Amino acid sequence: MKINDVILQTITKAVSFIILAFSIFIFLAGHNNPGGGFIGGLITASAFVLLYLAFDMEFIKSVIPIDYIKLTALGLLIAVLTGVGSFIFGQPFLSHTFGYFDLPLLGEKTELATAVIFDLGVYFTVVGITMTIILTIGEDQS
Amino acid sequence: MSNFIILPILIPILTGILLVFFRTKITLQKWLSVIALILNTLNAGYLIYIVNQKGIQTLEIGGWKPPFGIVFVADMFALLLVFTTNIIAIFCLWYAFKTIGKGRESYFFYPFFQFLIAGVSGSFLTGDIFNLFVFFEVMLISSYVLIVLGGRKIQLRESIKYVLVNIVSSILFVSSVAFLYGITGTLNIADLSVKVTQLGLNGPLLVVAFLFLIVFSLKAALFVYFWLPGSYSAPPAAIAAIFSALLTKVGIYAIIRTFSIIFYQEPQITHQFIAWIAALTMILGVIGAVAYNNVKQILAYNVITSVGFIVFGFAVFSKDALEGVIFYLIHDMNIKALLFLAGGALITIAGSSQLKDMGGFIKKHALLGWILFITALALAGIPPLSGFIGKLLILKGALAANSITFYWFTGIALLSSLLVLYSVTKIFMNAFWKEPNTNVESNGNIKGILAPCIVLLLFSVILGVGAEWLYPFVEKAAAPLMDPSIYIDAVLKE
Repeated sequence: MKINDVILQTITKAVSFIILAFSIFIFLAGHNNPGGGFIGGLITASAFVLLYLAFDMEFIKSVIPIDYIKLTALGLLIAVLTGVGSFIFGQPFLSHTFGYFDLPLLGEKTELATAVIFDLGVYFTVVGITMTIILTIGEDQS
Repeated sequence: MSNFIILPILIPILTGILLVFFRTKITLQKWLSVIALILNTLNAGYLIYIVNQKGIQTLEIGGWKPPFGIVFVADMFALLLVFTTNIIAIFCLWYAFKTIGKGRESYFFYPFFQFLIAGVSGSFLTGDIFNLFVFFEVMLISSYVLIVLGGRKIQLRESIKYVLVNIVSSILFVSSVAFLYGITGTLNIADLSVKVTQLGLNGPLLVVAFLFLIVFSLKAALFVYFWLPGSYSAPPAAIAAIFSALLTKVGIYAIIRTFSIIFYQEPQITHQFIAWIAALTMILGVIGAVAYNNVKQILAYNVITSVGFIVFGFAVFSKDALEGVIFYLIHDMNIKALLFLAGGALITIAGSSQLKDMGGFIKKHALLGWILFITALALAGIPPLSGFIGKLLILKGALAANSITFYWFTGIALLSSLLVLYSVTKIFMNAFWKEPNTNVESNGNIKGILAPCIVLLLFSVILGVGAEWLYPFVEKAAAPLMDPSIYIDAVLKE
């Protein structure tokens, strides 16, 4: 028997975008407030999982054509290379720095930190790993 | 400050990550893995040169000063082990190229091999006890993957035991770290040493010391070794070789590090106890090695016996004995890798690991036979092979300690070496000298996989003959273990 999931699918279409936007907000908040790459990545993954629940797997795979294992590796690469970046400046591994810049739209004295790049790596890794685990278990059942 | 110190960890991690992107290009993966390990070996060699010239080097990660930040400490002891690790990894990898098979290669064998090396090197180099836990986990998670990769029935069964044992010991590890932090308020190894000396090693601190001993004993297969024979006989030879060469040694290294720099104040309690369980491990290990008629089991119990012997040498805790321990650690990493690789080749040609299924291989596979025979001699410590000098120094140290218990333990050590020799010659005699077994056709192909074994055997000879040349390095490595203030001054720069 086919389950009628019109309500779930309709709500998901709206809610997943709200969750994605919120995850980016949490990710950027992470520098000085609670949040960051790890929790942001988990929230993004939860949006993806909701999509997978509401629609079928093949459909979402064609909408989001990401190889999650490669995404994990990309995240790790970004995080490690941020650490390596400090070699160029003769600083110890994983040294970070920050500064204040005047940027259009974002306003004057916007704080930009290299730690955010590291966090972006964490974000990708968490999304990649969470999705790999969930999809592997999901595929086994079908 | 020198970023070269982080490279032994960084090179394998970066390579491992890159290899994930080239999942389908197996040839490229092989090349990248070998190049990374060679670079890593060269870097370790360079670091040994620097440390030999200028003394212990440290790297404060992210520029945070110890005791608050995480610090990496490159002393001679750690570097010698990192160097040996990388050399052995190259040859295990070479062996794996020929034997590991397409299935494992396309399921991330090479990346996890690199992560394993990163974890092992990290455990050697770190100067922070919580960081040690982290690198243990990096190493263990890679080893979980390597042990289960391939998914045969025996692998799944043994990996469940292996994972459970290690998770329990990891929980204990992190709780002991928490207790230690609760009592001393620091996690930096050098700073811990200072604090523990101030507080005195008694009461709760002594309990924490014993908790650490239990944790590291589980990892090193010291006395609590029940998990080892099963787990190490499940994966293919190349993986079993790297496990037996590196993983238990990391546990031994952790015991040596913690009980020579942090908990060294009450040797009559801690080191006496360590000596007793080391002696028991030697006895029980060698009984296993003599009793079994299965090549894999014999080799696994050999690992346990040598763990007992090395830790016994450490428990003696004199200059001679510690130098012997370092010599013997390097020798044992080399020879255990060789033993498992040669044993793997033997099982390949016999098609079974039972001694009763073997026989008469000397006609077709004389080279393998002699490799195995010389390995047995090296294991027992016959000069000029590498086991001799380490054994000699440990026994010399133990006899100089002038204690009745140590006399007994020295006797046990000597007897166990003899029985180890017997257990490996038993393989040699059954597989090579016995009349050919007509039931079993020897049809395994070992073309090309003996080359790494021969090179490792050459290393054993070089280590034995070149002991004189190696000695100054070993002496430098043993110095901070006898006198923690060298280590503390280098890290805290007081």
